[in-house]
Amino acid sequence: MDLVAIVLTIITASTPLLLAATGELITEKSGVLNLGVEGMMLIGAITAFATTTITNSAVLGVLAGAAAGTSMACVFGILVLIFLANQVATGLALTIFGIGLSALVGTGFVGIALEPLPKLDLGPISAVPVIGQILLGQDFLVYLSFFMVVLVAYFLSKTRLGLILRAVGESHDSAHALGYPVLLVRFLAILFGGFMCGLAGSYLSLAYTPLWAENMTAGRGWIAVALVVFGTWRAGRVALGAYLFGAITILQLHVQGWGLEIASQFMSMLPYLATIVVLVIISRDGAKIRLNAPQSIGKAFTPSR
Amino acid sequence: MPALNDNQNNMKSSYDKASGEPNALLELGGISKAFPGILANDAIDLRVMPGEIHGLVGENGAGKSTLVKIIYGLLRPDQGTIKWEGDAVSIFGPSQARSLGIGMVFQHFSLFEALTVMENIALAIDEKWKTQELRSRIDEVSRNFGLSIEIDRYVHSLSVGERQRVEIVRCLLQSPKLLILDEPTSVLTPQEAESLFETLNILSKRGCAILYISHKLHEIKKICHAATILRAGRVVANCDPSKEPIKKMAELLVGSQLPEINRGRLTAHGVERIHIDNLNYTSKDPFSVKLKNISFTVRGGEILGIAGVAGNGQTELMSVLSGEVKDLDDPSIIKFNNQIVTSKGAAERRLLGAGFVPEQRQGHSAVTEMSLIENVLLTALKTCDLEKSGFIDQAKARSFAESIISNFDVRTTGVQAETGSLSGGNLQKFIVGRELLQQPSILIIEQPTWGVDVGAAIILRRALLDLAKSGAAVIIISQDLDEIFEVCNKIAVMADGMISILGDIAAVSMEEIGVLMGGQRYEH
Repeated sequence: MDLVAIVLTIITASTPLLLAATGELITEKSGVLNLGVEGMMLIGAITAFATTTITNSAVLGVLAGAAAGTSMACVFGILVLIFLANQVATGLALTIFGIGLSALVGTGFVGIALEPLPKLDLGPISAVPVIGQILLGQDFLVYLSFFMVVLVAYFLSKTRLGLILRAVGESHDSAHALGYPVLLVRFLAILFGGFMCGLAGSYLSLAYTPLWAENMTAGRGWIAVALVVFGTWRAGRVALGAYLFGAITILQLHVQGWGLEIASQFMSMLPYLATIVVLVIISRDGAKIRLNAPQSIGKAFTPSR
Repeated sequence: MPALNDNQNNMKSSYDKASGEPNALLELGGISKAFPGILANDAIDLRVMPGEIHGLVGENGAGKSTLVKIIYGLLRPDQGTIKWEGDAVSIFGPSQARSLGIGMVFQHFSLFEALTVMENIALAIDEKWKTQELRSRIDEVSRNFGLSIEIDRYVHSLSVGERQRVEIVRCLLQSPKLLILDEPTSVLTPQEAESLFETLNILSKRGCAILYISHKLHEIKKICHAATILRAGRVVANCDPSKEPIKKMAELLVGSQLPEINRGRLTAHGVERIHIDNLNYTSKDPFSVKLKNISFTVRGGEILGIAGVAGNGQTELMSVLSGEVKDLDDPSIIKFNNQIVTSKGAAERRLLGAGFVPEQRQGHSAVTEMSLIENVLLTALKTCDLEKSGFIDQAKARSFAESIISNFDVRTTGVQAETGSLSGGNLQKFIVGRELLQQPSILIIEQPTWGVDVGAAIILRRALLDLAKSGAAVIIISQDLDEIFEVCNKIAVMADGMISILGDIAAVSMEEIGVLMGGQRYEH
């Protein structure tokens, strides 16, 4: 019984990472590095929370959160694609902007508590011990996160549009020479990244801890960016990394509860360390990394040169 | 009787259409395109008839690339009209060009390294992607035109020649009416080039017109039905290449009397400078070629040409000789100037008087994002004392770069120019100049004049000859046999990672080389 509770909390801790990392994966595969994940998540979180508080509708809240993340990404896309701003600097600015703006908007919402996002309830089936509780009793964002990972993996490896996206990220000049709309593809990929970050933020403020606190993402956006890189741009490994991180985050809390003589600082460090070590070890094959890493990442594209 | 009049008018106009010259497939009228500071195309007229192989000839910077980019929809002309099958069209982009029936094989290949051959081909086809169907179509086309390709390999593991085949197959799959080929034979063996010509002839007989861009005038003469010669953005002549003498065409192209290369007498009795003994190398890359039992020596004053089809171990040999790769299999020995350098890196070998120019100019021989002066510092810093107690001697570096630019006629805006802004030929002149001005006693150079125009190629080949005359040992790894025969005095052929030394070039027949390139061992 206790184990079920642990698994449930692991899922809750991993879902926002998985959502954000899946979005960032698509953005990076198109050759754009968006370091604004943290900022987009925060804006998504506060927008979703505020909308739900005002309208009393969680669905509207999630939609508003996703839309807010998308519009942040839209600003980023315009700056880096049209005005050719440096992607790293713009992404950092987006994060700082998101932290500030969400704190400003959120001042009126501190201390309000919401009902957590409704969970799937199939009556007696959802109450079946272990399996029913874990698989059939989650909120829809959890199911969506799994669906999106599978969808993204399928999209990248099996579909023509996915191939075009990879081609644009691999060599924008060649893709342009073949007549593909490089900037449009990248813009859409950036928007998708923002959409997923908005969802991740919504999940944090509506399901993970259904209240608003300043800077409540606490660095999860950065973890999502790191997961994409350490997962060598492959959807399955990114998902594995997200759950590894979530699992160790929760487990170390429980271990601390046992009163072992291990410094709590070390335990808090553990999720980061373990995730990086594991992902580095499983993806240490240099040739594979070269195949999966988008070669044009971070480079601005100007059509006629 | 107005009705009759109308009728007569109608008849008259259709008669006019019929009586005029036959409709051209593609007709360009007064195409102009300016870039900041340069008029790349100046009122260019061009007519390509259906089924015609039309040569487009010109030096680097003559405006050929700009013109074909306009035809393929990658650039919009500032002025001028494009007529396709008699109708005026504006070509907004490559996919529109492809839907009209225009296919293009690029000079700098437009392939994606991290994708497979199959995926690369699927990307260039506008139709839906049905894997099995596409596979059988690729098989069919590659068999019909003798262009063998391996569908499931990753492009980064293919040689230049194989990549070109992929590009050609990719175009042919769309059964184009006009195929644009940019310098297609520069990476092929004579036999491969022959079979490409056959392919082109078949295509032409089936009604597909070909716009053939080349610097090699004898090819133009051999296969083209018509030729347009460009110089400095203008059409200087339209001719029938089968009737025009090559020398005449070359002079039109360069715009002045051609200097002749005089090989003179190379004295091959210098000291032994390069000594390779039993070289064996197996790379970790599963797609690379194993080097097997390679032994040879090159003396001062000698130029050894290593011929061979792309992908037979030349790239591996180059990286072993230059010291980029050091984990050789026993008992390999490499000696430069009588010192064993087998386990020494590229920088140490350079300090012993060696210079290297690998095939890939952008990103291997030179860093395109850096200025010319910075690229000079990359290899000449130590050998030419361009540093003073840990600081860069800017004045000396600048004058070194300037002397390269003036000695080798590099056309650029100055030593601070971004290296990537130089055209292929100018960049190669700069890179070779950088190595030569360090006065190496050993120079190993791969594909010295690939994609370089006639004028620049003459300058480069002359410089290599002069270097050998001054007592240096030179190795040229090239797939261009004409070049090897023009410059080298010894020849070797590479096939499947092994090398056959044929010795004096005067005693070797083209046929013998062809057989060896095909992979048969030469029995002494």
